[in-house]
Amino acid sequence: MGKGFLKKLGLGLKETRNYFSDGVAALFFGRATIDADMLDHLEELLIGADLGVEVTERFLRDLKPCVERKEVSDLVSLKKKLKKFMVSILEKERSEMPFSVSPKVTLFVGVNGVGKTTTIGKRAQKLKEEGGRIVLAAGDTFRAGAGEQLALWGERVGVEVIRHRPGADPAAVAFDAVSAGLARKSDHVLIDTAGRLQTKNNLMAELKKMVRVLEKAMPGAPHEKILVLDATTGQNALSQAKLFNEAIGITGIILTKLDGTGRGGIVIPIVETLSVPVTDIGVGEGADDLIPFHVESFVDALFEDTPQG
Amino acid sequence: MLENLTKKLDSIFKKIRGKGLLTDKNIDEALREVRLALLEADVHFKVAKSFIEGVREKAVGKEILEGLAPGQQVVKIVWKELSRLMGEEGKTIALSSQPPTLIMLVGLQGSGKTTTVGKLARRFKREGKRVLLVAGDLQRPAAVSQLQTLGKGLDVPVMDPGTNKDPVIVMEKGVKQGRKEGFDVVIFDTAGRLQVDEALMAELVQMKSGISPDEILFVADAMTGQTAVDVARKFHEDLGLTGIILTKTEGDARGGALLSIRSVTGAPIKFIGTGEKLEDLEPFHPDRMASRILGMGDVLSLVELAEESYSKEQAEILEKKIRKEEFTLEDFAQQVKQMKKIGGMEKMLDMIPGARNLKVLPDQSRIEKEMKHVEAIISSMTDKERRIPSIINGNRRKRISRGSGTSVQEINRLLKQFYQAKKMLKRMSTGKMKGLGQMMSPFG
Ligand SMILES: Nc1nc2c(ncn2[C@@H]2O[C@H](COP(=O)(O)OP(=O)(O)O)[C@@H](O)[C@H]2O)c(=O)[nH]1
Ligand SMILES: [Mg+2]
Repeated sequence: MGKGFLKKLGLGLKETRNYFSDGVAALFFGRATIDADMLDHLEELLIGADLGVEVTERFLRDLKPCVERKEVSDLVSLKKKLKKFMVSILEKERSEMPFSVSPKVTLFVGVNGVGKTTTIGKRAQKLKEEGGRIVLAAGDTFRAGAGEQLALWGERVGVEVIRHRPGADPAAVAFDAVSAGLARKSDHVLIDTAGRLQTKNNLMAELKKMVRVLEKAMPGAPHEKILVLDATTGQNALSQAKLFNEAIGITGIILTKLDGTGRGGIVIPIVETLSVPVTDIGVGEGADDLIPFHVESFVDALFEDTPQG
Repeated sequence: MLENLTKKLDSIFKKIRGKGLLTDKNIDEALREVRLALLEADVHFKVAKSFIEGVREKAVGKEILEGLAPGQQVVKIVWKELSRLMGEEGKTIALSSQPPTLIMLVGLQGSGKTTTVGKLARRFKREGKRVLLVAGDLQRPAAVSQLQTLGKGLDVPVMDPGTNKDPVIVMEKGVKQGRKEGFDVVIFDTAGRLQVDEALMAELVQMKSGISPDEILFVADAMTGQTAVDVARKFHEDLGLTGIILTKTEGDARGGALLSIRSVTGAPIKFIGTGEKLEDLEPFHPDRMASRILGMGDVLSLVELAEESYSKEQAEILEKKIRKEEFTLEDFAQQVKQMKKIGGMEKMLDMIPGARNLKVLPDQSRIEKEMKHVEAIISSMTDKERRIPSIINGNRRKRISRGSGTSVQEINRLLKQFYQAKKMLKRMSTGKMKGLGQMMSPFG
């Protein structure tokens, strides 16, 4: 990993890092040892990052004996313990493709407004830079202006976008895009979908149909099914992850909007329950604002000391 | 999660019931559970803390002496306090005495501003107002064309920003056009932004001073987590919000962020978004929201909706019938009619904690299609058949089919549905819904 990557990560995560790193440091202000009062504040710090009650309580339960044994007694050892805890949950084997397929078909799903279309634009930009040939599918035929939005990204990045008229069957758009990808010997087909709340059975059925149709267009497709989650989301993200996974089987998570004050802590219980890795994080609205997720560097960045001044 | 919470509240209930009066200790125990419930609903931890303190004071005070079981008292106090903090009911948008009324929507990226602009426009238009929309989001690709498409569908004009790149100038032009052309309402969309983005927040302040809006509405996603406090505080500090609209409430999000937002802004909640369609904007009901945050489902809405077509006694009679297994096809027909009002089974299921997991009901579109037929079928039955559906044999089915102009298969399906509904209602009244009646009564 290059210096550039770490710098970008550090900048993108500025808000989140300030929260964790400064937050943990503040626990020790005017306090020499870890006491009950401090543990209450630590609890608030973790709850405040949307980790959820259950994971937070578990960490505190794990921590207590370590404090008693004096294994954890100061800022450095507490940070280390927290990092280890997060890494142990977030570290998941990525199921790499056994052999390279082309085109590799990736479906992006999630609730409304999380950043699916933008993420596709960003990923297209990255793949294009790596020399890939790409087709985008404007599978959100529902929301006003959604097709247009992806088309503009296509223009910006310089890749082809397959679009049908508003209200068209999204599965047909996806099918056409994969056919186009096969015909043009593309490396990647990225498929956008309309945002949908996970509790809407008919819309979840529509997604299942898209997956079936894709499999018909190209056996094995879609190769990746990415759930896009918004880092400002609270505990409902767990329900999102569970129900999208039940419907179509998620292979990866992209966490967006980490440039804001949303901490995205809910991914910890999500990754733990679903055993699905986070693949990338979004740290802005620009084409370059998608960063590959490396557990160690991510967690390190969270607890890095805030540069002074 | 929803189920989880209902169970927890039940357990508070059980733990305290029969222990006599509220003591410091058993209040503590209950309040700890309430705190967890709030945190799981995404209420900010600090807000939860001060809320709990407020409840504690009230619980120890005089309100406990009402001859109720202690558990009921705690739940009631919690619920009442939560409803109170949600503010007043029916705070909608007052139109300015000097039109046009200028309304500006602000919020984070993806919170649902543009769609909400469309929803508000539809609402005003139906009230006979002339509405102009102005696209202040020149940032997100195709945000302008999204608004234009919405405007076209509603037959509401959208001011063309032309090639202008500065949203402040575009919005000022919007005000001018609104005045010149005698519009009643001008609604301004703005680009989503992070509250930590100083430059973009400064732009909003410029917009505000440029157009002097009557309303600055903060659009927030019901799924927002703990950060809602930081976001709302900064928007409010910079702009002085005049109202809140909570979006995407039709899902299973508990919406505790709303309490956080309320507590840092004090701004009234004006509407809630309940779907992607432009008609899905509803007035806010603090009491329902309180139930939802507490994980009791939208039980009050359900009761209220039931009361629209039924009197209270009728509802009680129905409950009794369900319990005694005297639920007839006639009752079923009534339910179907009522469901039409409620807006389908789907919505009703959302309002009942745990009901989603029962999975005994056909999906909404099918039910809706069948509703008309159901009424026809039932009206072709004899009184006796309606009371004792088990007597409806093959010959009777044929007769009913001829009378109602439906097929025998449809009648079979209806009867099956009836038995399923009966089963489900029974299960709800004995299982998940148990305690609903008890909990409702002290609130009434
Ligand atoms: N700050 C920030 N905004 C983002 C990020 N990703 C997406 N957005 C914004 O979120 C809003 C919704 O994104 P969009 O891609 O339309 O969401 P979709 O409905 O899921 O397709 C847009 O305004 C995007 O610019 C991110 O990583 N950071
Ligand atoms: Mg989209």
